[in-house]
Amino acid sequence: MIQFILNNHKIKTPLNAGVTLLDFIREHQQLKGTKTGCREGDCGACTILVGTPYGDEVSYESITSCISPLGNANGKHIVTIEGVNLPKELNTVQQAMTNNYATQCGFCTPGFVVSMTGFALRSFDVTQDENQTCNDAVSGNICRCTGYKSIEKAGFEVEKRLQQKDKNHQISWLIKEGFIPDYFKAIPQRLSALQDVNSSVVEQSVKNIKVASGTDLYVRHADKMAEQNVHLLVDETDLKGIFFSEGMCTLGVNTTVTEIIENKKLQRFFPGLKRFLKLVSSEPIRNMGTLGGNFVNASPIGDMSIFFLALDAILTIRREDGTERKIPFQSFHQNYKVYDLQKNEILKNISFEVLKANDFFNFEKVSKRTHLDIASVNTAAKISIADNIITQAHFSIGGAAAIPKYLYSTNKFLTGKAMEAKTITEAAKVMQSEISPISDVRGSSAYKRLLATQLFFAHFIELFPNQIEPDTLCTR
Amino acid sequence: MKTMKNIDSFTHVRGESLFVDDLMLRQDVLIGLCFDSPKAHGKITSVDYSQAEALAGVVKIFTYKDVLGENQIGGIIPDEPLWAEDEVHFCGQPIAFIVAETEAIAKKARALITIEIEELPVITTAKEAKEKGSFINAPRSFKLGDSTSAFSDCEYVFEGETFSNGQEHLYLETQGCYAVPQENGTIKLTSSTQGPTQVQKTAAKVLGIPMHKIEVDVIRLGGGFGGKEDQATPWAVMTAVAVQHLNRPVKYMLNRHDDLRMTGKRHPYTSFYKIGLTKDLKIQAFEVEFLQNSGAAADLSPAIAERTLFHATNSYFIPNVSTTVYSCKTNLPPNTAFRGFGGPQGMFVIESAIADAADKIGVSRTEIQEINLLAENDVFSYGQIATQVAAKNTWFTAKETFNLEELEQEVATFNKENNRHKKGISLMPVTFGISFTNTQMNHARALIHIYQDGSVGVSTGAVEMGQSVNTKMLQVAQSVLGISATKIKLETTNTTRVANTSPSAASSTADLNGKAVEMACTSLLERLSGVAANLLSSEEKNITFQEDFVCIDGQKSTLTWEEVITQAMVERIALSENAHYATPIIHFDKTKEKGHPFAYHVYGTAMTTVTVDCLRGIYEIDAVKIVHDFGTSMNLGIDIGQVEGALAQGIGWMTMEEIAYNNDGRLLSNALSTYKVPDIFSGPKTIETIPLETEGTAMAIKKSKAVGEPPLMYGIGVYFAIQQAVKEFNPNYKLKFHSPFTPEKVLMGLYESLQ
Repeated sequence: MIQFILNNHKIKTPLNAGVTLLDFIREHQQLKGTKTGCREGDCGACTILVGTPYGDEVSYESITSCISPLGNANGKHIVTIEGVNLPKELNTVQQAMTNNYATQCGFCTPGFVVSMTGFALRSFDVTQDENQTCNDAVSGNICRCTGYKSIEKAGFEVEKRLQQKDKNHQISWLIKEGFIPDYFKAIPQRLSALQDVNSSVVEQSVKNIKVASGTDLYVRHADKMAEQNVHLLVDETDLKGIFFSEGMCTLGVNTTVTEIIENKKLQRFFPGLKRFLKLVSSEPIRNMGTLGGNFVNASPIGDMSIFFLALDAILTIRREDGTERKIPFQSFHQNYKVYDLQKNEILKNISFEVLKANDFFNFEKVSKRTHLDIASVNTAAKISIADNIITQAHFSIGGAAAIPKYLYSTNKFLTGKAMEAKTITEAAKVMQSEISPISDVRGSSAYKRLLATQLFFAHFIELFPNQIEPDTLCTR
Repeated sequence: MKTMKNIDSFTHVRGESLFVDDLMLRQDVLIGLCFDSPKAHGKITSVDYSQAEALAGVVKIFTYKDVLGENQIGGIIPDEPLWAEDEVHFCGQPIAFIVAETEAIAKKARALITIEIEELPVITTAKEAKEKGSFINAPRSFKLGDSTSAFSDCEYVFEGETFSNGQEHLYLETQGCYAVPQENGTIKLTSSTQGPTQVQKTAAKVLGIPMHKIEVDVIRLGGGFGGKEDQATPWAVMTAVAVQHLNRPVKYMLNRHDDLRMTGKRHPYTSFYKIGLTKDLKIQAFEVEFLQNSGAAADLSPAIAERTLFHATNSYFIPNVSTTVYSCKTNLPPNTAFRGFGGPQGMFVIESAIADAADKIGVSRTEIQEINLLAENDVFSYGQIATQVAAKNTWFTAKETFNLEELEQEVATFNKENNRHKKGISLMPVTFGISFTNTQMNHARALIHIYQDGSVGVSTGAVEMGQSVNTKMLQVAQSVLGISATKIKLETTNTTRVANTSPSAASSTADLNGKAVEMACTSLLERLSGVAANLLSSEEKNITFQEDFVCIDGQKSTLTWEEVITQAMVERIALSENAHYATPIIHFDKTKEKGHPFAYHVYGTAMTTVTVDCLRGIYEIDAVKIVHDFGTSMNLGIDIGQVEGALAQGIGWMTMEEIAYNNDGRLLSNALSTYKVPDIFSGPKTIETIPLETEGTAMAIKKSKAVGEPPLMYGIGVYFAIQQAVKEFNPNYKLKFHSPFTPEKVLMGLYESLQ
C-alpha cells in the first residue's frame, strides 16, 4: 500500500506504484484542478507540490505530476491546487494573479499558482538571495495567452510580500498571510504518524523497471509503467547525498539537480553553478531529475553527463550482491544509448576531485529556447593552469557525437601548451576533427560544428577574460 | 467605461473552472481514440482491424463505412472526408475511430491495427505544389493602379523571395469533445470549439440527421487562437457518430502528440516580391506572388489566402499594387486559422521588401517605412477608402514617446563599443482590418433573460477562450441595464439558445455579439422604463437605471431594479429579449475584388530593441514599446493582456517556433520537447503599451476597437531588429527573409562568408 497525505486527506492506496501521480489525482481522486497539458513535463499545467519530511519540518518542491510515479509520493505531502485554496477567499498568490490580469483562458493558471505557492514555501530568504525569483519558480510553466508580463508582475507582488516572511515560523507566517490554508500546520506530525511507510512500497518492488524520478521514462513509457511493477530507487539512502572527503566530492546518483544547485559547498567550488544549472530544464524537472537518470538516459546531449565528463569523474557501480566497481565516467557511454552497465547493476555514485585554486570550470549550452530546452550543443571545460601553461584540460561536448563526448584529442593537445589565442584556435581545429554532429531537429550539422567552435572559445573567454581577447579568437 | 477583471478569474486561479476534460462523466462513458495515417500520401490497400477488435474492452471501431450521412467535413470546399476511404493525403489523416472502455485499452487496440498503403508521391512545400499544378482552388488577385508600367518610372526596383514558416497553436488544452445521447436521437456535444455552429452543422451532415438533433455546448476553451475554429469539428463529429451507433456517451480528448500530429497549423508561405521606389523613396509599385502551403484540404485556406491579399501592403499606401495568392495543395495536415489569419504572412513580405530595398539603397528601413505610411482617404488595393487613419499618428507618437532618436544614438554607441554583443532596433507599423472578410458572416445574436428575482442571464454566440469576451459582454449588459455585475451571469455558448452563429474569430467576436447584447438590453430597458415610469408617476423619457436603482432625470429614486422586475412580472411584460446584429455598411464584390470589407481598421506601431550575443548566436529582446489604437478601450487591463499575449505569439512565430516536416511529410517537431514556444524568460524584458488617444469608432462596441489579432504582427519587428544586429556584426551578411530567425540562423548569419 502506498500511503501519503493528499492535500488535507490521508491516502492509502493499493494502486500500482507506476501509475502517474497526474492520473491518480485527476482520475482516481477526481481533483480536476490539475490539468493535463503535454504529459512530458514540458508545460507545467500539471504542477503539484511534494512535501518531504525534513527534521521537524516539511520541505516543499514543485514537480510535474504527469511524469512522476505514484509510488514516489509514499510518505510525502502531495499538494494540488485544491490543497492551496482557502475556503472562501483567494490566497495571496491567487489574489496577485487576479490583480495583475495574469489569467486569461485559465488552463495553465492552476499550474502557475501551485509553482508560485511552492516558491512561497521554499525556505530560502527572498531578501538575501537575489538569484531566487518567482520567475525561476514558474520556469516550467508555459502560458500561451498572456505573454507572461502580467504573471511576472504577479510574481513581483508575491516576492514583495515574502520579504516580510518570518523565517523562524515560516508555515505559521504563510498561513497568517493567507498564502496557504491552516491545515499545513499539522502536516509534519501527520506525516510522521503514517504507519510503516518505508516497508509498504518495498513490498511491491520487484526487479523490474528501475525508476528514479521517472522524468525520462515517463515521457516515453507512461502507459507501460502504469501497468508494470516498478522498482523505485528514490528512497534508497545509499544512492543519495553529497559528501566531501579528502579532496573528493561524491554525489549519490539520486541527487537531483536542485540539490546540486543548492549545495553551499558546491556553490563555492563552482561560482557559476546556478547560472550553469538554470540552463538545465526547468525548476520542477530539476527538483525531480537525478544524476543517475541523466547518465543512463545516455542522450548525447545530456546536460549532467557533459557537466561531469569535464570533471574527470569516477563512477561507482553497485552489483546486486552489494559489491562495487569503479570506472572512469569517460568510459561509461560507449555508443549511441549503449553504456557500461549490466542487468544486475545499478549506478551508485559519482565522484570528482574538488576544484583547486588553479582549476577553472565552465559550462555552456545553446538551445533554440534558452531555458527548458534540449541543447543544440552543450559543453563543459575544466582547465588547470600553472604559470600560464595549461597543465590539465578536460573538455566535453554534447550534440556533436553519438554519445556525450569527452574530447580526448583536444584535451591532450591542450595539455602543456601556453594559454594564448594560438593554442585555442589550434585546439579548436583538433576539437573539430574529433566531433561528428548530425543534422536533426536541434540544428544542422554545419550549425553544430560552428556552435561547437564558438562555445569552445566561450569557455576561454569566460574563464580568462583578462588573458584572452575575444577578437583574437573569432575575428570576422 | 470602468475596467474589470476577467470574470472567470476567481475559478481560474482556484482550478475550479471547467473544461471539457473536467466534466463529470456518465458512468457508461466510453473513450474514443483516432487511428490515423502513418503515410502522407497513398492508396489504402488493406486495413486489418481484427486483432484490435478482438481486444477485450474494445466496443467498436468506426470507419467511413459507419457514416449514415455524408463522410464530408469540408467547410468552404467539400474536399475533406471525416475518415479516409481509399486514399490518404497526409500523415495524421483520420482513418478510424476506436471506441473502448478505457483510454489504455483504446491505445493498445490502436497499436494492433495493421495497414498497408501503396505510397504515392509526397509534396511538402508550396513551391513544389505550384510547379506540379497542385492547388486547392483558383488563385486570387488584387490590383490597384498599373504596377507593370509603374515599375518603369521607378528609380529602384528590387526582387526577392521570402519564407515564413508555419506555427503550431499550442493551445494548452488539446482538442476534445464529450458526446452524450439524449432522447429521441438527439446528441449533446460539449466541445472545445470556437465554432459551435460549425460543429453542429457538420455533425448533422455526417450523421444524416437534422441540425436540431445536435446540441453543441461550449463552456470555455483552454486557448484556441484559430486552431479550434474549424479543426475542433472532426473530433466532435467522431464522438457523435459513435453515440449515434452505440447510444452511450463517448469522450475523446486528444493527447498532445496526436493533436500536434493530426491538426493543421498556421500556413507556411513562400512569396516572391518586386518592389519599386522613386528617387525620394516613395514606393510606387509592389507585386507579390504568395504561395500558401494549404495542406491536403481546403479547410479555411481560401479565406486565409484572401486576408493575405488584404494586408499585403500593411500600413503603407502604394498606388500600384498587384498581388496574387495560390493556395497550394500539399501532403501536410490541412493548415488552418491562426491569429492574424494570413495577415501576418502578408505583412512579413512587404516588410522584407522594404528591408531589402533599404539595404540595397543604403538608407534605413524606417526612412522608407515612414515616407510611405497610409494617410487619410488613401485607397487600399481592395478599394476601401481609409478613414480615421492612425498609421502616422501611432508611428510618430511612438517615435516621440519612446524617444527613438536618442535610442538610435545609444544603440549606435553600444555597437561601436562592443564587438561581442550587438543591438538592433526596428519599427513595425500594423494596419489590420476588422470584420470577417466574408461579409455574410458578420452577424451575431444575444438572448437575455431577466429572471423574476432581478438576476440576469446572458447568452451569446461568443466563445470564451481566454480573450475575456464574456467579461466584455457582461460590461455591455451592465452598462445598458444599469445594474451591478453580480446580478449578471454569462451562460455557456449553446446552439439551442443562440443559433446559426459565426465562429469566435476575426477579432470581431466582442463587436458582433456585444452589439447584439447592447440591442437586446436596450429593448428590455425600454419596456422596464415604462413600468418604472408608471410606478413613479413619471414619464418614460425621464427614466434611467443606475446602480440597481431607477433614476428620474438622473436623480436616484428609492425604486429598486428588483421592484421594477416584480411589477413587470405582474404586468406580464416580457423579460426576455433576443437581438440580432449584422454589421452595416460592409460589402465586398469578389468578382471585382473591390469593396468595403472592413467595419474599420486597427492601427499601431511597435518599437523593438534586441541584443545579439555574437559569440553564441543567441539573443535577447530588450524591449518592445507599442503605441496601439484601442479606440476607447472598454477594458484596458484585458486589452493590454491581449496585446502582450498576441505579441508573444508573434515573437514566437518569428524567433523560436520552428515547424519541421521531413520529405515524407512526417512532422518532426512533434512534441513539446522539439517545438518550443516562448517561456517566461524568452519574452521582451520590457513591454510598454501606450493607448493612442483617439475617438474610436461607432462600428466598434462601445467604441472599443477589436484587439485579438492585430498586435500579433508587432512581433514581426523582432525579425528585423535581429537582422540589423547581425548585420552590424557582419557587414558581409546577406539579408535573408526566412523566418523564424532561430539561434541557428543568427549564428550562421554572424559568421557567413567567413568560413
